[in-house]
Formats: sequence, structure tokens, C-alpha cells
Amino acid sequence: MILDAKIPEGPLEKKWTSFKNNAKLISPANKRKFKVIVVGTGLAGSSASATLAELGYQVETFCFHDSPRRAHSIAAQGGINAAKNYQNDGDSIWRLFYDTIKGGDFRAREANVYRLAEVSGNIIDQCVSQGVPFAREYGGQLTNRSFGGAQVSRTFYAKGQTGQQLLLGAYSALSAQIGLGRVTMRENSEMLDLVLVDGHAKGIVTRNLITGEISTHAADTVLLCTGGYSNVYYLSTNARGSNVTATWRAHKRGAAFANPCYTQIHPTCIPVAGDYQSKLTLMSESLRNDGRVWVPKKKGDTRLPQDIPEEERDYYLERKYPSYGNLAPRDIASRSAKEVCDEGRGVGPGGLGVYLDFSAAIARLGEKTIRERYGNLFEMYGNITGESAYERPMRIYPAVHYTMGGLWVDYNLMSTIPGLHVLGEANFSDHGANRLGASALMQGLSDGYFVIPNTLGEYLSTQFGKKVSTDMPEFKKTEEEVRARVEKLLAVKGTVPVDEFHRELGLIIWNECGMARSESGLKKAIADVRALRERFWKEVAIPGTGTELNQSLERAGRVADFLEFGELMCIDALTREESCGGHFRVEHQTADGEALRHDDKFAEVYAWMFQGEGNDPKLVREELKYEAVHLATRSYK
Amino acid sequence: MSTMNFHLRLWKQKSASDQGKFIEIHATEIPSECSFLEMLDIVNNRLTKEGKEPVSFASDCREGICGTCHMVINGVPQGPGRGAACQVYMRKFTNGQTITVEPFRAGAFPIVKDLVVNRSAYDRIIRSGGFITEHTGGAPDASAILIPKPVADAAMDAAACIGCGACAAACPNSSAMLFVGAKVTHLGLLPQGQGERKKRARSMVRTMQEEGFGNCSNYYACEAVCPAGVKADVISMLNREYVRGELSVAVGAID
Repeated sequence: MILDAKIPEGPLEKKWTSFKNNAKLISPANKRKFKVIVVGTGLAGSSASATLAELGYQVETFCFHDSPRRAHSIAAQGGINAAKNYQNDGDSIWRLFYDTIKGGDFRAREANVYRLAEVSGNIIDQCVSQGVPFAREYGGQLTNRSFGGAQVSRTFYAKGQTGQQLLLGAYSALSAQIGLGRVTMRENSEMLDLVLVDGHAKGIVTRNLITGEISTHAADTVLLCTGGYSNVYYLSTNARGSNVTATWRAHKRGAAFANPCYTQIHPTCIPVAGDYQSKLTLMSESLRNDGRVWVPKKKGDTRLPQDIPEEERDYYLERKYPSYGNLAPRDIASRSAKEVCDEGRGVGPGGLGVYLDFSAAIARLGEKTIRERYGNLFEMYGNITGESAYERPMRIYPAVHYTMGGLWVDYNLMSTIPGLHVLGEANFSDHGANRLGASALMQGLSDGYFVIPNTLGEYLSTQFGKKVSTDMPEFKKTEEEVRARVEKLLAVKGTVPVDEFHRELGLIIWNECGMARSESGLKKAIADVRALRERFWKEVAIPGTGTELNQSLERAGRVADFLEFGELMCIDALTREESCGGHFRVEHQTADGEALRHDDKFAEVYAWMFQGEGNDPKLVREELKYEAVHLATRSYK
Repeated sequence: MSTMNFHLRLWKQKSASDQGKFIEIHATEIPSECSFLEMLDIVNNRLTKEGKEPVSFASDCREGICGTCHMVINGVPQGPGRGAACQVYMRKFTNGQTITVEPFRAGAFPIVKDLVVNRSAYDRIIRSGGFITEHTGGAPDASAILIPKPVADAAMDAAACIGCGACAAACPNSSAMLFVGAKVTHLGLLPQGQGERKKRARSMVRTMQEEGFGNCSNYYACEAVCPAGVKADVISMLNREYVRGELSVAVGAID
């Protein structure tokens, strides 16, 4: 199989325009005849559903939440990037593009990233028109702040709740379309499989989480907007329900899974406190605008932070990366935190923490300003830890936050299964091996509002007269397979709660496929995951039945998929024998401990094809051609 | 790490049509640093190991922003302190305390199972007008319209609503006016929201009534429990917007 990314010809700056000028259009009268299934209602799913319905397509949208307003995009705190250059500080589309490509350690596709930077400004316009209350100056102008990996201020924000406000904007646009009858909204519906007809994605199988009813739904094309797989680590900043099931099921039906080992460990989260913990909480990257990261210079220093004099503190990010300082990119800041903790200089219980100190900012700007900028984050921190960050530094530690890998898509956002499109975090396309802060929101909305409405015609224009219906045997067969799997789970009747398997899986992946990865560790992890999977299918306890709200059953299905997916992640990490971005192989580092890429061998996308249960996956490569940028060693010094 | 013991009274109810009842559980050796929902996770995993059915409760982000979790803890919707139920920590309780956990009680929120209720009425209210009609693609430059900071801030404060339903659950009249007022205030304060301002208030209030929510009679229970800190001022704004909308219909104004 050859992966054709379908990148338009011409210079980088003209590709998107030339694509749009030549794209296949579907006339208004024909749009009404095409039906689109959208799975997921985060930023990508809501914005795509709303926009496609506005254009006249019949849209049927599914989410497993009880309302489309709940998807985890809502928890994004810090902001959204856009190359508006309202601050007159030298920003441009090119700079946003370059920062994003460089931030991704030169492992993303140039054309996709340039398009993302190009439409970034439109997103802000669209959101403001919908009533998103971005932060403003007294005169009424929009204001910006800085995020990691950039030397300009291009991040738009709404307090520490930017994701919430953007999602509620997309949700309101979606709600308007539902109210008009142009979108059929199906809540509490979890996609459990993809239906293929003649090799094309033409429908899905869902389970209603309230009634247990399993049903099939047909359409002309399917859009997966189902987010990332951080919860393979059990403890992550993702919501409890976030899962890999939709993309994994699609993978098992033939969609290539690209770069699964590219995961993002976010440097500023509240440290793990105990094994009862169900999730980790992020403290926005925006805090690094005003907070200074430090640890004591001395090992095992147990003094209170206020008792450690200035000259005995190591502001290690400012020391190592003077030009970016505390705003070094996430992968670098995380790895540096791990380094100082491994040296025995970590703070707090277990020595797994570093300080994020606001005392200098409070002295400079006053507590009122700091409260205005970060009030809700400080409150959240106080609530969880019982400590006030106004009085003493926050304790933070890296935690899993985002996954850059995902289903492989071409420039049109179509996967290797014709008719299956993948948007937002669920695809692999824009962030390479590391995502810069404030660009997840940008990508989700770019894909949904501006990309898919323009690229969908490429596929649909080939589908006239190819209507399918749920009466077809392909639908019946897939539905039966889903039913059998649910029954198989219920029939295990073991004694071990699902959470225990999930926690154990998380520990294996975190230890061996987390911030540092090695050949021996990854091989061990693969064996451990296989053994755990076997135990799961013998010992998992799922009380209750399949015909009611059964949260153990929901979780069991998701964990069963994570137990398969975790193995692929480790295989990918093992095969990629270099370090890049968030993927740090200990065998490949520079003398001063920075990631060492091998561009001659690995400037490629690794896309994995499912080869049947029990068989090794097949690797297919897409070469990354850099025409506009020069592959450089990333430096933030 | 220290642990605590609690006497739990948890609501069990198979479905909306079933009779519910409290079950009593002695939850022992609960880590004092864990959250309320983590305590329920521990209890549920113990029940599962004993071959019993766990207690269903909704949660997702567990950082207070998604609005999925909803329950009444010792008589207070979303529990003690500011924030949603997922932001309640066990250190706020005393060792040995009896804790009663029930579902939200409001006619417009029928019970699904145990502590889970159906809050889709809130979505239907939004669908009837809680938006600015702005088709993707035609928006003017974001800096074209200036919005003074105090106005943007006030809109943001109202927009912070997480749609959890605590306001209606706390209200003796099961009024949803804090929820509706928050949206009408958020959009009504912004220049972009002016076009549909009157229609929005009328239409959302009508849907609110059709869904079976009551009216505000100034108890302020909603404001006291709101996890997002939305102030009851938004209800005054809603009343003004509604009257303005109705009056303009009465006098036959163009919008």
C-alpha cells in the first residue's frame, strides 16, 4: 500500500488557495441528498456538524455524553493561537507555521501545518461573531498572551476557560442547527464499530448507554471527531470517559494508525498524590508567562520554599534555555523537570515535583492582576492541594495531556478507508512529534469550520447513486459482531473491577512508554500488556446487564480496546529508533541530554495497518518532504 | 497518609418508574486526600468485588468544567463549597460523619438510574434560541467591533455557566432562570447578540416553561449552589429582556 497524501501542487503559500480553486463542489441541491455521520461533539465534531448542516448536508451527530456540550475540549484552559499580529510584535502566518513545524520537531506535514496557520485568523473572527467573550483591553481591543515555543504574543483567551468558551460557541452553532431540524443529535450513543460497504465507510454501530440498545446508522460518509488516547496511561489530564474505541475500531476495519508513540507530557500538572487518584489536573501553560520554575540546588533539600534563599535556587529552564526561559516547549520543559527530579532535587511528597513560583510576578504586578489573570486556576489548585499559590509556590509535575498520533489522513482529512474522515486530535496530521500550547483548539476548529467543508466534496462527488441502507447484510453482520463482543464481556464474570486493569495498564505504559523510552523497557512493556490483556478477558468483573445504564460495561469495552492499542503504541516507539519531540529514546540523545533526531532515516510518518488478531501490524511509511523549511536541530537556547 | 471512615446513605433506583431507596454503606479506610467522586469509585470497586452492583453516578472531566457530574450531597446540589461535585474533597468532612447522597430532584430532570438524571431539557432550551446565528465563513475581522473590557468581562462571567442543572435542583420552584438568564445575559450584552435579542429571551422562556421549570421567587438558592459562580443578577436581566421582547410584540415593533 502506498500512502498518497494528496498534497496540492505549487508553492506552500498557494497550496490551500489553489486547492479551493480547483476543489470538487457539490451543488446546493445535491448537498441535501448527502448524509454525513459525525461522531463526537468536541471542537472538531461540533464545528463540523454545524458548518456542514449550514451548507445543507443532512447531518446525524453522535456523542457518548449526555449532552454535546460536555466533550473534553471544554477543559482546555489557556488559549488558542492565531496569526493576527494584533500586537504588532512581528507575527505572521509564516511564523505561526514555522513555530508549529519546529515545535513538532520537524515530524509534521508542511502543507497541513501551513493551512492551519492560514485559517487561524478566520477561527478568531468566527468565534467572536458567535459571541465568544475573549479577553479584551480597556479600549475594547482583543488582547493576547504568550505560549510555549513562541517569541510573540498570539494566544487569544477567555480567562482560564478558553476551551469552554470555544466549545460552547460551537455547541451554540450546533444547537441552532439541531433546533432547525438540520442536525439529528444522538446523545448517550457510543460508537462501537464502523460499517464498510465495498470497502467504503458507510455507517456505524452504536450502543445506547441508557437503554443498552445496539443499532446501526447509514450515511454517505463518516467523520470521526473522537479525540485522543491519553487515557491509555489511566492517569492523564483527559476526562474519565475519553477513549480510543472509535479510532481503534476503525483501525481494525482498515484505517492506518499513524505515529501512535507521539504523546505529549504536559509539564505543569498537579503531582500525583496517591493510588486512589482517578485523574490528573492540568495547570495551564499560560501560568509560565508569570510563574518561574525552580528546584533547590541542593539534593534532598527539605526546607520550605520560602526558607530557601535566592542563590540556592536553580531556575533551571531560565538557566538552560535563556532565550525562551520558562516558556520552553512542553516536551523540553517536561523532560527537564524529570531530570532534576531524577537527580534527587524534586520537591514535595516522593520528590516528584518542581516549584512554579509567582512571588516575583505578584511583587511586580500586584496580587490583583495575578488574580484576574489566573484566579480560577489558583482556586482549582487550592481546592485540590489545600495550599494557596498566592502564598507559596505551586508544586507541579509533568502528566500525559495530549496525543499527536492518530488515524492517518491525507490533505483532505480522509483516512486510508475511503469515506472515513478524521478530524481534530483523532487524526495525526498537524503537530508532528510535539504540539505547541494553544494549538489543539486551533486545529480542532480549523478542521471542523474551514477544512472539511472544503475537502468533503472530493469524496462525495464520487458517490452519486451509491446510497446504502441499514438493511444491507454488511450492517447486519457488523451489528452482530458488536453484540457478540458485548455479550463476551458480560460472560467473563470475573472478580476484578475494570479500574484495576486500567490502572495496571497505565503504569506499564507510563513507566516504559512515557517520558523516557528504551528498547528493553518497550519489549518488556509489550509482553506485560499482552499478559494483562489475557488476564482481563478471564478475570474482569462486570456486574449488571447489557440492557440498562451499566458504567462497568462501558468502561470494560474501552479498557479492552486500550489493552490492544497500548501494544501498538509500544511497537511504534520501539521501531522509531530516534528521539524527537515527546518521543525520547534514551539510546538517542546528545551529550547534554537533548533529543537526537535521525532525519536521514526517520523523516517519515509511521502508519500501521491492522493484519488480523494475533498478527503483527504492518508498517507503511509516508515520506515527509520539506520544501519550504530547512530541517534544523531544534534549539531554544 | 491518613484515612477516614464514613457512614454513607446512597440512593439506589433502577429506573424512573421504579421506587428508589437509600442503601447504607460503611465506607472505611478512605484516604483523607481523595475527592468525593474518588471515594465513590473506591466504594463502587468494593461493591463490584463483593459481586454487588455499583451505584451509578455521572462524571467526566473531574475538574469542574464539563458539568457532567450532578448529585445532592447532604442536601446541597453539587455538595459543600464552590465547584461541582467533582471538586468536593473528603477533607471537608469529619471522620465518622454520615453523608447522604441523592440525585437532583426536579420534575424536569427525570431519574435515569441511581444518582443519574436526564438534563436534556437544558439542551432544548438552548436550541430554542441560546445562540447567535452566524454561518461559518462570513464573519468580519475580529477587531472590527470594539467591546469594552467591563462589558466583555460581564459577558464572560455569565458565559461561565457549566450547564450542570444545580440551579434548578436547588430551587424550591425548580426554576431554570439562572441557567436561562446566564445565556440571555452573555449574548445580550455583546454587540453581536443584538440582532436576535428580543426573540431569544421570549423563545427561551417559552421553552423553559414547556419543559416544566418553575419561575423565580427570589430564594437565591441557585446563586448559592452555582458551581460557576453565576450571579442572580442575570435573572433580573432575563426579566428585563423578556418584558422588552413581549412589549415589542405587543406594540407591533419590527423585531
